[in-house]
Amino acid sequence: MPGLRDIKRKIEAVKKTQQITRAMNMVAAAKLRAVQARMEGFRVYADKYKELIGRLSLVSGVNEESFPLLEKREEIKRVHLVVLTADRGLCGAFNANLVNQTEKYINQIQSEGKEIFLTVVGRRGVSYFRRYYPQLLKKTYEDVVGKIDYAFVHRMAQELTNSFLSGEADEVVLLYAHFVSVLRQVPTIEIMLPIEPQGVSEEEVGQVDYIYEPKADEILRGILPKSIDVQLYSRLLENEVSEHAARMTAMDNATNNCKEMITQLTLVYNKARQASITKELMDIVGGAEALRQG
Amino acid sequence: MAEKILLEVITPDRLVVREEVDMVIATGLDGEFGVLPNHAPMLCLLQTGEARFKKDGKIEYMAITGGIAEVFENKMTILADAAELAREIDVKRAMRARERALKRLRQREKIDVARAEAALRRAMVRLKVAQRAGLIESVPSETISD
Repeated sequence: MPGLRDIKRKIEAVKKTQQITRAMNMVAAAKLRAVQARMEGFRVYADKYKELIGRLSLVSGVNEESFPLLEKREEIKRVHLVVLTADRGLCGAFNANLVNQTEKYINQIQSEGKEIFLTVVGRRGVSYFRRYYPQLLKKTYEDVVGKIDYAFVHRMAQELTNSFLSGEADEVVLLYAHFVSVLRQVPTIEIMLPIEPQGVSEEEVGQVDYIYEPKADEILRGILPKSIDVQLYSRLLENEVSEHAARMTAMDNATNNCKEMITQLTLVYNKARQASITKELMDIVGGAEALRQG
Repeated sequence: MAEKILLEVITPDRLVVREEVDMVIATGLDGEFGVLPNHAPMLCLLQTGEARFKKDGKIEYMAITGGIAEVFENKMTILADAAELAREIDVKRAMRARERALKRLRQREKIDVARAEAALRRAMVRLKVAQRAGLIESVPSETISD
């Protein structure tokens, strides 16, 4: 049985851990709110953009050949997968879920006889894939989460677009953590290129007669490349929101576990204390009895 | 002049303007165009340039970097890569950007000329807008001075 002092020391240690996890929980909550606000702000822009592209692609009677970014290739031989992870750990199974999903996808693509290569964002993902799939890694971004601005996104989007247009990849696919709620983030796969216009039905388009300046297909040509920026930026933000949510939940659990452990240990401590008092009492009583008799 | 049009200028980072205004003038690919209340639905590509709107007799200037404008149901939405109201413009930064771009163009080698020219254009637009709003007295030359 451990001594009283050992138990006391252990309780103190757990208390300190609890302090740290509680602080991390609060920091994550604050960051979550900040990034969520940014995401909401950007959503206005992103939604409008999606709507415009959907509308334009229907109006201009898109001829896929004149829009390489929209063109679906008949045979997909090489897939460029972009994986978003976090730079830091201590966020529960967040990174593990993303990495597992990626591995599953890699296996699936390879079993179909296609080639795949990766662009990885976030130190956690990078170190994993560098170790286990170094031959697939094309490009990595580390220590960027939380510092992402539009210029960065634009450069990254440009690289992805080039990879698609040059024929290096026939499809560019994005894997990120979709934010369902604070308690649930789901790794999700989404096709970035070729672009799939969406969000507007044909009837809606027919209702309004717009003036296009310049012609609709030229406007589309002008804004189409930017829609990659928009998609990438919203997903990067969403992934960050998911990360903070996952960390918040993980740290909340850790704090609760600490609390439980402290209760348990205190119980053990009190039992041990009482046992030692009882023992001392018995010693005294025994001693006194011996004296009286003697 | 009771009729107004709602103007919204949105960039990826923030909402720059949301106001009921009397008139908007923006720079399209083929030059400036004006939008009054109850304008017909329109979609228009913008180039990096100046935009201004009139509200209660006062004119406000803006610098817009690329984007697209939509007019629909008495609402004009400008989606821009970047946008600032004149009073928000960082004049010193624009000056530095102008010098940097000019220096690059002067070297003419091993540079992305299109990119440097675009940067110069952005800086010049900001400076012009700043001058319009009275933040600076004159706009420095767009060409190499020395």
